[in-house]
Amino acid sequence: MGGIWALDNLNLLPVVASSNAPIYDELFNVLFVIGIILFVGMTGLVIYSLIRFRKKPGQVGDGIALEDNLPLEIFWTAVPAIVVLFVGLYSYDIYERMGGMQSLSTNSHDHQSMNSEGRVWGGIGLTSQDDIEKNSLPMINVDVTALQFAFLFNYPEGEIVSGELHVPRGQPVSLTMESKDVIHAFWVPEFRLKQDVIPGQPTVINFTPTKTGKYPIICAELCGPYHGGMRSTVVVEEPEEYQAWFKQNSKQKEMEL
Amino acid sequence: MSISLPPATENNSNSLQPTGWLRFISFSLDHKVIGLQYLVCGFIFYLIGGVLAGAIRIELLSPISDFLARDVYNQVLTLHGTIMIFLWIVPVVNGAFGNYLIPFYVGARDMAFPRLNAVAFWMIPPAGLMLITSYFINGAAQSGWTAYPPLSITTPAAGQIVWIVSVLLLGGSSIFGGINFIATILKLRRPGLKLMQLPMYCWAMLGTSILVVLSTPVLAGTLILLSFDIVAHTGFFNPALGGNVIVYQHLFWFYSHPAVYIMVLPAFGLVSEILPVHCRKPLFGYITMVYSIMAIVVLGLVVWAHHMFTSGTPPWMRLFFTIATSFIAVPTGIKFFNWVATLWGGRITLNSAILFSCGFIVNFVLGGITGVALAQVPFDIHVHDTYFVVAHFHYIVYGGSVFVIFSSIYHWYPKFTGKMLDEKLGIIHFVLTFIGFNLCFAPQHWLGLNGMPRRVAEYDPQFTLINQISSVGALLMAISTLPFLWNILYSFIKGEKAGNNPWQALTPEWLTTSPPPVENWSGEAPLVTKPYGYGEKNSDEGSSPITQA
Amino acid sequence: MTTIPSTKEKSEELTSSEHQHSDHRLFGLITFLVADGMTFAGFFAAYLTYKAVNPLLPDAIYELELPLPTLNTILLLVSSATFHKAGKALEAANSKQCQKWLLITAGLGIAFLISQMVEYFTLPFGLTDNLYASTFYALTGFHGLHVTLGSIMILIVWWQARSPGGRITHVNKFPLEAAEIYWHFVDGIWVILFIILYLL
Ligand code: HEA
Ligand code: HEA
Ligand code: CUA
Ligand SMILES: [Cu+2]
Repeated sequence: MGGIWALDNLNLLPVVASSNAPIYDELFNVLFVIGIILFVGMTGLVIYSLIRFRKKPGQVGDGIALEDNLPLEIFWTAVPAIVVLFVGLYSYDIYERMGGMQSLSTNSHDHQSMNSEGRVWGGIGLTSQDDIEKNSLPMINVDVTALQFAFLFNYPEGEIVSGELHVPRGQPVSLTMESKDVIHAFWVPEFRLKQDVIPGQPTVINFTPTKTGKYPIICAELCGPYHGGMRSTVVVEEPEEYQAWFKQNSKQKEMEL
Repeated sequence: MSISLPPATENNSNSLQPTGWLRFISFSLDHKVIGLQYLVCGFIFYLIGGVLAGAIRIELLSPISDFLARDVYNQVLTLHGTIMIFLWIVPVVNGAFGNYLIPFYVGARDMAFPRLNAVAFWMIPPAGLMLITSYFINGAAQSGWTAYPPLSITTPAAGQIVWIVSVLLLGGSSIFGGINFIATILKLRRPGLKLMQLPMYCWAMLGTSILVVLSTPVLAGTLILLSFDIVAHTGFFNPALGGNVIVYQHLFWFYSHPAVYIMVLPAFGLVSEILPVHCRKPLFGYITMVYSIMAIVVLGLVVWAHHMFTSGTPPWMRLFFTIATSFIAVPTGIKFFNWVATLWGGRITLNSAILFSCGFIVNFVLGGITGVALAQVPFDIHVHDTYFVVAHFHYIVYGGSVFVIFSSIYHWYPKFTGKMLDEKLGIIHFVLTFIGFNLCFAPQHWLGLNGMPRRVAEYDPQFTLINQISSVGALLMAISTLPFLWNILYSFIKGEKAGNNPWQALTPEWLTTSPPPVENWSGEAPLVTKPYGYGEKNSDEGSSPITQA
Repeated sequence: MTTIPSTKEKSEELTSSEHQHSDHRLFGLITFLVADGMTFAGFFAAYLTYKAVNPLLPDAIYELELPLPTLNTILLLVSSATFHKAGKALEAANSKQCQKWLLITAGLGIAFLISQMVEYFTLPFGLTDNLYASTFYALTGFHGLHVTLGSIMILIVWWQARSPGGRITHVNKFPLEAAEIYWHFVDGIWVILFIILYLL
């Protein structure tokens, strides 16, 4: 009960701002409820036993000589096994819905600065192929470079280089990331997404923002003294605003003259 | 010093071993002396690691980097993690209690290799001193206790190299210890004593030592390669020279995940010894306990990549490691349910030892549940490298292992010294620690979920209040150390005499004098076939675990 | 029940005589070799992963010739056999034979080391040239270190078997047995190393 109350009334998670965040929160709620039940149950049992079976004044002798109980033991082996199996399969399903199991090479990344050997790892939050087709909106590709201690965003289509990530609401975005020096990590809590940015090995992260606003991009991997200060912003805008920003900053603008 | 001197036999007179308190600062071969050396040495490092934790918490009182410079903060947290793991938990739950108890439990007069044992201990103080002095000389390592390259290659080399050498020494010490425990348990058992009659702590140490022997050498090899990268500019883990940073992570976690069970399995064993004594009941489910330890050992070796879910591992790998990790909850759960069943129907004396053990159960269950959550790839992607993880592992290492260490000290202090500890102070210690601990680490779950990464000296001001609450908890924990220290020192001098077996316990270490003589028993080693033979039916005949040979 | 011995030394002896066929020192040694083997396993795993995912950089040179390492393999395999002979001779209380075979074994070990050095100096790449070069030197170097230690151990065993008051006789075989097990282990590692580094 307390758990359900906490879920509804405490802000346990930040704002939902990407298409996979609600899926994440669904998993979170399930884990939270299971966790609370287990924790409260075990704590209750311990406290109850301590009170009920404590040695009262004047009592002598030992407790009951109970050493095992097969049915009971089978029960508490089987139940956790079923629970973790369920949790495992369920989170696999969640992961699939987030697009985590997509094979990366079938996706639309081959145009980019990939290693000649195609060694691209990562790819959480990949919108699945179906989604992309259904949604007919083209994928926005951005190259991300991380270095001590900043993120640089490069929009190849408009030849834009920016310190802030601008993305339109509702359109899938694909980031191909590589680090110039040490390992960094790209994390947007409101998107519930994180991916390490690794030197010598591009990684990919895909997402579809769903809520306009400014959210922090946080480096989540220790990368040196200023690791804590390595932050940037992702600006989710309405598509029109985004187009305006894009026009204003892109090199093509000059060519149109 | 109230430790009784060895009976002066002719053989002892030509031994070069010092006697009296001098034994404790010498190259003693006595397993009991070595055990206490580990314990005291470990506790000193705990206080140092705790002061560093205090510095972390003071820095985090405000969202800007003010108390510590940014690079100093990184050094402090690296030292804190390294000291707490390699110089406090691992040496104490393995080295200290293992050395003290295992020979008693197997009915031997010492460990299988007493000299190797002393060598293993004496590798620790120099390694620890080196690590700490590096902070004052050239600056300590500053790439976290995980020392991920390329960061560890590019930060100042001196500190990192000292860190590597000292971890290599500590690893070596731990391997020597592991070999010794395996040999002692399997080879030195008193004739007539069967494996399935051993106290549970032996099984825990056997499992732990197997993990030590199989995984620590991999860490050693990895750190040697890393030091080549730093000193000789090879490129094993340096992408600029064609290397691969992910390989380091795999090798590192191949050791460091089992390392978490190296920190906790012995603690499981200790709890299994303490609970039956104070509940006056047999340990519930002995056989399933043994199997679950072995299951944890096997599973523990194949789950390491759950620390790397965001490092760009292929999807199939993530899936495999999620499932394997989750399944560790099953054998671990068996142990917890067995402990609760051990409490059930007992005649529980609510003393400090039992309180700390029960505190351990409660805290560890919470830490374990967050662990299972972290094992789910999609969940971990959001909270990896955040304070959620910090909360998870402090619930386990502090709420679990450290609570068990305290519980064990309350339980075995009469054995070590022949004196009782003060119960009132013990309960104050427990209450303060329990409240302080939960106040410190429970809020950190929320911090992690809401966007505070770990290893940062500066953070988003919205988190200030929660961080301050957490720091208050840390202060309470620091304060809670005072009654404990006072209790230990005061009782040593003025404590009530304990007698040989104040708890009426049945395990073999209690069937001799307290403190025990040099070779453990003045007569023949007793054959204890039912170390947990408590319970009503036995108590009529006066519970006796001993089968006379 | 046996009576209680009073010193550590005695209790060690007591236990080893109780378990006559399973001296726990040998058990300890084997446990140590398992640990040592895991260090190699880590190196092998790293090398194989590099092979699978890290291609050789474009202008890097990494070529190995087969003849010398094949010779090395033969040297080590033969030395394992000669060590075995030495052990057999000791068992038969034939100290002279035993010493002869020990010397031959040590000689083979040293020949291996020399030949390894020759290989090092003729290779077209150095330690820091590229990833594969580094891994090659780390692996063979770490193994070479083991061979060096082993050869020294054999010479010590030989010395002790030789001097009349020496400690190694057919009654006290442990040092020789320990060195022999270690030597077989080092050979075994070499065979794996040879297959992985040179043949794959
Ligand atoms: C003693 C130390 C210890 C122990 C025992 C554990 C135990 C576990 N740990 Fe933890 N862990 C650490 C110390 C420890 N951990 C440390 C130090 C880190 C961080 C390292 C770093 O990055 O610096 C870490 C990080 C860590 C991560 C990586 C997080 C990240 O960086 O993103 C993960 C992910 O899977 C994880 C999982 C688990 C699991 C599943 C267990 C399981 O063993 C827990 C099993 C126990 C239970 C589940 C409770 C009891 C069971 C029941 C009551 C039965 C019923 C339960 C269910 C049905 C669920 N741990
Ligand atoms: C293994 C055991 C262990 C133990 C017991 C502890 C104990 C504590 N830890 Fe530790 N911790 C780690 C292992 C451990 N930790 C590891 C492995 C890391 C990761 C490092 C990394 O990222 O590389 C870490 C990281 C870590 C962080 C995160 C740092 C960061 O990511 O930026 C924090 C922050 O709150 C923290 C706090 C504490 C506190 C308050 C205690 C307290 O429980 C300590 C209580 C004890 C005392 C306070 C000592 C006794 C008191 C005195 C001697 C009096 C003087 C005290 C003061 C001046 C306050 N720890
Ligand atoms: Cu970049 Cu932390
Ligand atoms: Cu782990």
